[in-house]
Amino acid sequence: MIVAGCDVGSLTAKAVIMRDGGILSSEIIGVRPKPEQSAKDVMDKALQKAHLALEDIDYCISTGYGRERVPFAKDNISEISCHGKGAHWLIPSVRTVIDVGGQDCKVIRVDANGKLKNFIMNDKCAAGTGRFLEVMAKTLGIRLDEIGPLSLRARNPVVITSMCSIYAQTEVASSIAQGADQHDLAAGVTRAMAERVNSLAMRVGVEEDVVITGGVAKNIGVVKSLEGMLGVNTKKVNVDPQIVGALGGALFAKEKMLQKG
Amino acid sequence: MIAAGCDVGSLTTKVAIMKDGAIISYHVIETGFKPDLAAKDAMDGALSKANLSFDDVGYCVSTGDGGKNVSFAGRYVSQLPCLSKGTYFFIPSVGTVVDVGGNATRAISVGKEGRVLSYRLNDKCAAGGGRFFDVLAEALEVKLDDLGPLSQQSKSPLEITSQCTVFAESEVISLLNEGKDIVDIIAGVNQSIASRIASLVRNVGIKEDVVMTGGVAKNIGVIKSLEGWLGVSIKTVPVAPQIVGAVGASLLAEKELQET
Repeated sequence: MIVAGCDVGSLTAKAVIMRDGGILSSEIIGVRPKPEQSAKDVMDKALQKAHLALEDIDYCISTGYGRERVPFAKDNISEISCHGKGAHWLIPSVRTVIDVGGQDCKVIRVDANGKLKNFIMNDKCAAGTGRFLEVMAKTLGIRLDEIGPLSLRARNPVVITSMCSIYAQTEVASSIAQGADQHDLAAGVTRAMAERVNSLAMRVGVEEDVVITGGVAKNIGVVKSLEGMLGVNTKKVNVDPQIVGALGGALFAKEKMLQKG
Repeated sequence: MIAAGCDVGSLTTKVAIMKDGAIISYHVIETGFKPDLAAKDAMDGALSKANLSFDDVGYCVSTGDGGKNVSFAGRYVSQLPCLSKGTYFFIPSVGTVVDVGGNATRAISVGKEGRVLSYRLNDKCAAGGGRFFDVLAEALEVKLDDLGPLSQQSKSPLEITSQCTVFAESEVISLLNEGKDIVDIIAGVNQSIASRIASLVRNVGIKEDVVMTGGVAKNIGVIKSLEGWLGVSIKTVPVAPQIVGAVGASLLAEKELQET
């Protein structure tokens, strides 16, 4: 039995193909103008990697922002549930999933069976989402993936007081003009990011084990900062943290198949 | 002896010079990253327009985000009474001041002789303030001053659903890429910001005459939108609307001179 999950987000699309309870292949791409195209392209690439064709997929479930526009999906399920499911399969001891994506941030509480208990999402304000880091990277004149490593070597992190990404941008620009060191600036940025995510997490409460998913999980500076604020060591998934939603979709697809058969 | 008011804002610094209850000159420049230098330059500019030198200045009151760094000011006063008194100077019938500056929006309920009765402030979120326009003007590649006139050409404003400046920027670029008319996009942006401003004003209470000040008052599209949301007509001062704070500060400086 071959199943798949397809997560069409606002910035990236992800696909995961599973067979016999294991991941065959996965893929992440930047979104195309139309969700249908994003879904097709990412699935094609994942299929290629697994040497399969679309017909070989017995059941596909879509999730994410564009989940209702995935033509080859038999059903769609909310990304909240899919992230909880995927994280739980990878790390059964997980009770809190913190998903920090490109344009939103979710904190998901699950029970011992990976079932959804509570959640909170911010998709209205750029602060605490990947977008904040993008804006900051541009202001600092560095690549997104440089922020984390740079921040780890800070001596004197710059303090950013504004909650708002736009105002924070001005604070950073002002610091740059006053000659602040790149490492200190990067550390200020990761800390500001962690503060915002932490704020959101506090509103639903955090229970260990905590798993961070989404693209921002790859930013070591934010992860360490957030761990400090939460007072926990988060558990790291052994797959790309961006595919957890699509993985959850594939797992739900497997369940649906088993129900039918 | 002349009195001066210096308002060091987040985006612009303004100086107004008064003598015998009348404004002689004023000057507006960009604040940049050094507020103390900006204050000095703005003062030099206003003085030179009036053919005066700094020795002629009897007293200066400063205000604004960077107002505490003005070395030549005798006193620093919060923006609220400066805005309130400054508006009252131009429009004595003022009941509510709506000041939309670069980094903050303030709604002030005004009492007798321009006193501050109460106020509401948004300085936490860039949406609903002047900065929103800077970001969008750049994204749309139009000049800030053209936003107002362009929006008036729109027959059907597009709705901007994002509440956040950063997300709205992407939304606007998407709309442009979809081939939507730029005047409809700008009109939609004005509507969006005006609705946030309206919330703040409703919170403090709508008391006529409602007067709009701050740089955003130059945008006729926002004014008209705000009139729509609030259901009252909105007045503007007969000078550059950003200088109202500096004028209020100079009035306080004049009072100081009269009392000594």
